[in-house]
Amino acid sequence: MKGFLNKIFDKVDSCVRKNNSVGENDGAGSGQEASDGPGADKSNLQQQAARGLLIFANTTEVIRAEEILKSTGYQIRVVSPPAQYRTGCDLAIDFPLVEQVGIIRCLKEEKIVPIDVLPLSAERLEPLRLCRITDFGDYLMVKAANMKITLHKLTWKIVNISGGGCPDVPYLAAEMIGKRLPEAPHPKKLGYTLCAYSLSVAYEEALRIMEGQRC
Amino acid sequence: MLILAGTIPVQGLPLLAGPGNLTPDGLLIDGHLLDQNRGTAAMMTTVAVVCQKYGLPAPLCVTAGDTGKRDGSSKVYAYLTERLSELNPQVIAFHYIMPDIRRNNQLVKAIKQLKRKPLLIADAGSMYVAKAGGHAPYYDIFTPDMGELAFLADEKADHPAYTRGFIWHMNGEASELVQRAYHWKNAADILFVKGTTDYICRGGQILKSISEPSIPELEAIGGTGDTITGILAALAYRGTDLIEACLIAARANREAGRLARPTPATQVKRIIEHIPQALTLAEKWLIESQIEPLGIIPDYIQKSTTVAEEQATIH
Repeated sequence: MKGFLNKIFDKVDSCVRKNNSVGENDGAGSGQEASDGPGADKSNLQQQAARGLLIFANTTEVIRAEEILKSTGYQIRVVSPPAQYRTGCDLAIDFPLVEQVGIIRCLKEEKIVPIDVLPLSAERLEPLRLCRITDFGDYLMVKAANMKITLHKLTWKIVNISGGGCPDVPYLAAEMIGKRLPEAPHPKKLGYTLCAYSLSVAYEEALRIMEGQRC
Repeated sequence: MLILAGTIPVQGLPLLAGPGNLTPDGLLIDGHLLDQNRGTAAMMTTVAVVCQKYGLPAPLCVTAGDTGKRDGSSKVYAYLTERLSELNPQVIAFHYIMPDIRRNNQLVKAIKQLKRKPLLIADAGSMYVAKAGGHAPYYDIFTPDMGELAFLADEKADHPAYTRGFIWHMNGEASELVQRAYHWKNAADILFVKGTTDYICRGGQILKSISEPSIPELEAIGGTGDTITGILAALAYRGTDLIEACLIAARANREAGRLARPTPATQVKRIIEHIPQALTLAEKWLIESQIEPLGIIPDYIQKSTTVAEEQATIH
């Protein structure tokens, strides 16, 4: 127990050191506005770009999450959370935003669920959950962000997946195409990236349409 | 030399670096046969098809297996960063890869140390990381679709999934999105926006629009954006004026779609089969349209390389 507490105190020290070196901006800041125009303080914004923060209910969970993610090979580190999440000297995990899906799944498998996920960009952003539908007659295409899933309307078989740019997209396409929507693997179960997240948004919308609960 | 770089969704596929050669069963790279059906393999196959049609040397394909765990992506970044100076490419087309700002920064640094800057084309994850890392203006051509254009237009978004809703809703307003992307310095020199209408843009303006032949089903078919990037890369390598290359790529992709008579369930393999004939039709269309080229011809045109020289460098 004592060793465990020492570990927490080490993390707290680390947190204090990081707070003292905010000016160096190592990507672990609190998401302050970094740019007012093109090129303005761009390097600052770029340092933070494409990183995110996992916020947890308590420090114990942070430390467990850190151990799990590091042992799995993710490039993460423990940092101080943004001001609105601080209740003392709290901790959060800085992670590559694009790998959000794989990281959350990895933690869920160990029964650790972050209370929030924040992109470390200039302001609080939410992942896009808007969809657009294109009706091709016998086929329906559902589009979310940069991902599209197309289904045969009679059989609800997935006939195509397009868009995206992360490496798991072609993998997901290979695994999902040819299967009926309810039997196809959920993109969140196989994917690792934000493209997989967008595909899951389109997938879930397609499921809602199939079930006649279009929202 | 034309380098094509990106990952293939095959778990455990090692780093491959070699000429991409067409076979009846798929694309052969470094002793491995790859399915050409989507993503990087579709782009590479398309380039090989176009190079074969015009008698150009086969492209150097650099790839590795990656299903989203970044292992293959890291190998591709590392290979390019270490080997570019000896390869001395004229054109590089970057494709599906895990966006990794740190590794891409190292790669851009390696490119900047080359004696001659190659023409840089980026699509998919390579385009995302170029934008997120602040290097977009250093690239020559990006090939986003409309959703990705919204991402480029959103100065706050680090990934298309985080594009703000009000920008994503500007879907029908390509002109405004293009202006925003250039304004925030998140566009390459040329943007080729793929969609129901293709837009070729430079300096914040839409220079040309192509919407015929109209084949709406192409948007649903995974890989039809990859074929555009592939045609464009091969034509740029051939030395075609870049705007002319964009026009031909747009038209040829649509013609290939028309020739394939697709449904939304068609797979891109069938579209690729028609690209050689579609290119002939597109070139004829361009001549008949009397569209003046804009004179954006890369300076490597005069320095042609023989097939033998290219193969010697690869090995």
